[in-house]
Amino acid sequence: MTTEFVDLNTPTRKAKTTGPLSTDTHIEVQDLNAFYGKVQALKNVSIRIPKKQVTVIMGPSGCGKSTLLKTLNRFLELTDGTRITGKVLIDGQDIYAPEVDETEVRKRVGLLAQRPSPLPMSIYDNVVYGMHIHRMKRGRKEYKAAVRHYLEIAGLWDEVQKRLHDPATSLSIGQQQRLCLARGLAVEPEIILGDEPTSALDPISSVNIESRLLDLKKEYTTVIVTHTLRQAKRLADYVIYMYLGEVVESGPAHEVFTHPQHERTKAYLEGVF
Amino acid sequence: MIRNRWARRHVAEAIVKFLMIMSFVIVAASLGLILWTIIARGLPSLSWSMITQTPKGGYYMGKEGGVLNAIIGSLYLAGGGTLLALVFSLPIALYLNTYLGESQWGQYVRLSLDVLWGIPSIVYGAFGFALMLEIGMRASLLAGIVVLALLELPIMVRAMDEVLRLMPKDLEHAAFALGSTKLEVALRVVTRQMLPGIVTAILLAFGRGIGDAASVLFTAGYTDRIPTSLMRPTASLPLAVFFQLATPYKEVQERGYASALILTIIVLIISLGSRWISGRLSRYTVK
Repeated sequence: MTTEFVDLNTPTRKAKTTGPLSTDTHIEVQDLNAFYGKVQALKNVSIRIPKKQVTVIMGPSGCGKSTLLKTLNRFLELTDGTRITGKVLIDGQDIYAPEVDETEVRKRVGLLAQRPSPLPMSIYDNVVYGMHIHRMKRGRKEYKAAVRHYLEIAGLWDEVQKRLHDPATSLSIGQQQRLCLARGLAVEPEIILGDEPTSALDPISSVNIESRLLDLKKEYTTVIVTHTLRQAKRLADYVIYMYLGEVVESGPAHEVFTHPQHERTKAYLEGVF
Repeated sequence: MIRNRWARRHVAEAIVKFLMIMSFVIVAASLGLILWTIIARGLPSLSWSMITQTPKGGYYMGKEGGVLNAIIGSLYLAGGGTLLALVFSLPIALYLNTYLGESQWGQYVRLSLDVLWGIPSIVYGAFGFALMLEIGMRASLLAGIVVLALLELPIMVRAMDEVLRLMPKDLEHAAFALGSTKLEVALRVVTRQMLPGIVTAILLAFGRGIGDAASVLFTAGYTDRIPTSLMRPTASLPLAVFFQLATPYKEVQERGYASALILTIIVLIISLGSRWISGRLSRYTVK
């Protein structure tokens, strides 16, 4: 992986950030290019993601929205043959700088995957796992209290409090996704990424996860990839629309949804795709 | 319509299916024949004293005694060898998968292990013997354990390697997403998820180790006593079978079959036991 130096003062050609943001920028992507082998998946992406809001990345399949998400927690490099140029700044710090520890980045930027992947251990140990490896708590009492706290935030405590030591795989898939949320929150991230986090769930579980995410945005910056327009409208404060690896348009949700600036965005919103 | 039954593709399927069934029958029949031979010839001479006594004077001429020395010796040798091999195999297998993966170096390591797997055990024995001469060591339990560990190592590593390759990527990624290092993923997640397969790999190596005669022939020697120290020679069941079958006395030859039966029963008990344990441990495994 190489990280090229980018001159911050040069206005980038493809930057299409509409208007000044009302809140602080939490994540700033500058001139980002991503490659799978020779295929370029992201082309000169430059965006700003606001703090403590829900940002939704949308676009047709294969437009690079998941790839963009994976660059925000240094997940793309786990796939062989990928290469990235450009910068991703979180609170002004480039997470691709050589001195940066990728495990610290991933601790600060949590990920809720498309399908829940409980670790091969009990419900309790799933929540404890992250706190354990980062040595965040001391003693059984502190861990117990923390497990309860995060399971409550994820809205799972009442369902599992009597079976904490059962295998995590004994939960339903919707419960597993909430467990993954609790597990992710337990390492105290600042940012939550969601890669179509409800696409594998039934409608009731989806609503459940969505309402958790809306509750959590008071404290966390949230970035969600979705291919359902209705979900985007329900969740988004800020929208990024992508097409063929490029950001076509981005801006506050109400502006983009009511007055899209680009033909492509308009077509997508009207369901022409 | 009915003529279609005789179309080429249906005939081909019938032939291949027949060949598959025949292969199975041949293999199953051979196994059955081996078991039948050792049971039919060994069971009559299998007595309580066979498994509770060491050979008394004149045992090899049909007098009193048993093969307790070889039973204990084999358990020490194979148990020690498997343990020693495991200490090296698990880190090698994890390194191979976590850090080398499908890279050029990874493939070189796999190739060398496959070559080592194919080397006849007498060569391991000769190698061990040459090494012992070099450092002035005599045939002993320790030398036998070391040589068996060398014999078992490539089997164990490659079997584990094939198991670890099946690790679901999603699961690894879930652990990486929480900020795990590769080592933490390997030790806390991969090993736990793949435990049943790892146990099978250990068992495979143990089975090879306890059944091997050639590698312990020069290195562990043979004695009628139960070993009391790592530096003393020790008996083993495969060699006990060999020596007893080589005598001209019919009763002793039958005791050889009984010893083979004991060896088979030990392998069976250990297989069933470890399967039961790994079943218990796989409670948390993600299916």
